[in-house]
Amino acid sequence: MEMRFVWQHIYLVSVSCVFTTIFGLLLGIFAYISKPARSVILWLVDILQTIPVLALLGLIMIAFGATSTTVIIGIVLYSLLPIVRNTYIGLENIDPGIKEAAQGMGMTKLQRLFKVELPLSFPIVFTGIRIAIVTSIGTAVFGAVVGGGGLGSTINRAILIQDMPTLMQATLTLMAMAVFFDIVMGYIEKRLKTR
Amino acid sequence: MIVYENVSKKYNDVTVVDNLNLTINDGEFVVLIGPSGCGKTTTLKMINRLNKINEGNIYIDNQNILDVDAVELRRKIGYVIQQIGLFPNMTIEENISVVPRLLKWSKEKCKQRVHELLEMVNMPYEENAKKYPNELSGGQQQRIGVLRALAAEPPIILMDEPFGALDPITRDALQDEVKALHKKLHKTFIFVTHDMDEAVKLADRIVFMSKGKVLQAATPEEMLNKPEDPIIRNFMGKLSYSRYCNDLTCADVMKKRILTVLETKKTLESVELMKHKEIDSIIVVDHEDKFKGIVTIQNIREHGKAGETISRITESNVDTVSVSTNAKDAFDKLIETNVDYLVVLNPDKTAAGIITRTSMTKALASVVWGDAE
Repeated sequence: MEMRFVWQHIYLVSVSCVFTTIFGLLLGIFAYISKPARSVILWLVDILQTIPVLALLGLIMIAFGATSTTVIIGIVLYSLLPIVRNTYIGLENIDPGIKEAAQGMGMTKLQRLFKVELPLSFPIVFTGIRIAIVTSIGTAVFGAVVGGGGLGSTINRAILIQDMPTLMQATLTLMAMAVFFDIVMGYIEKRLKTR
Repeated sequence: MIVYENVSKKYNDVTVVDNLNLTINDGEFVVLIGPSGCGKTTTLKMINRLNKINEGNIYIDNQNILDVDAVELRRKIGYVIQQIGLFPNMTIEENISVVPRLLKWSKEKCKQRVHELLEMVNMPYEENAKKYPNELSGGQQQRIGVLRALAAEPPIILMDEPFGALDPITRDALQDEVKALHKKLHKTFIFVTHDMDEAVKLADRIVFMSKGKVLQAATPEEMLNKPEDPIIRNFMGKLSYSRYCNDLTCADVMKKRILTVLETKKTLESVELMKHKEIDSIIVVDHEDKFKGIVTIQNIREHGKAGETISRITESNVDTVSVSTNAKDAFDKLIETNVDYLVVLNPDKTAAGIITRTSMTKALASVVWGDAE
């Protein structure tokens, strides 16, 4: 197993997670603010999740070819759901008394969002990000099919030539990666929620 | 000065506030009270535009509040809510200085103000400023809620059932503190509650609302004495009598069912009557029902002869009081003179009732434990 593929995998996951977080937050906030947009956004991220990963990557490949861009876009779309949902739910479920106080104190909509509502919903948003990252480690494996590289390539090749030790190694590495991220982020999450 | 001018508010088709006219003077402590759903909270929240006005206008110092930006308006009006609503992600200091910071006060000025305010409620800065709201008790949290409303020195403070969720002892303490703050700061307080005790304790003026209308706006004293509507009387319940015992008259405490006899009655008849009713004295009246005096069984035994009219032995030199006499004076007289009872007379000198020691005990009991009737 070449280390190159491990780094490539991590690269795919981290780049796409930066983008999912950004888009997910924006969409979640938008769904919270705008009632008409809400149903559309929540419906859309739900639908995205129901498309099989391979089919989704195939569709994107038509536009972007067999590159890592295709894989990153695929992962981003596929892991939007937990972040959008958690952002929306987190914002929606803030104690109405706190929201009313913020409004009554004379905060503008944006001040309310950034000084009160987002900080308060952040632990829940963070849980969404954690789920997104951990699942995208798995999703990225499919990236090999559309030429994105990563550990998916290693596994593919190992299966083709029946190289069991490499297959084992790659799989264990993936698992270790997922567990590592999950534990670290779980720890941060716990710290966030105790306040 | 806050002026409501023909203000109405509807939710869908339900009228919550109905053509309301009300003027609140500077420095006044006004309590809005009424049964739930009477529109008192809506009335309050229209001032800082958390609730929209459907019809009519509200003026603060002659300026229509609709002409002011809602955000700007709210920063000039203090606001305390029942759910307390402190921001859990901010320290006590940050919570108190929310509005000053929105108004871009300097850091030193903010800090100094927080110092000042915490001192005012005896919560030392060093101990409390850096804590988070969840480290304080409910009562202390609401103290901070009040301070947060006061922080930017707004001339008007709105309070929406601020102590509703607190235990009675804490509530009592906070009421005292708010009353003291009002005395000290001379700001206009508008306070919503459904607790008449609280209203009486705090208000300069109570505004009683029902179904979106003002039924009565009066000082607590006036409202307790002369509630203008049966709804108000019901709402106050026992409060109206018990609290203002100084205003009780003899008419309120006397025993009304009394036994009278005409002065032309014969002695034996009277004795029979007294025996029958198990009393030992009887009130004597003349043909026009006017009070003449009393006759006791002893009088009859000592001086009376069978077949005589009782007018001869009637003791006319007895203590009487008028129906409008203050009950307290009557009680004093009863104790001083050491008689069994006082006769209460109507203005036209007819007997209205008697006050006995039992009536005194009953009246006192109603003050202490509330009116049993």
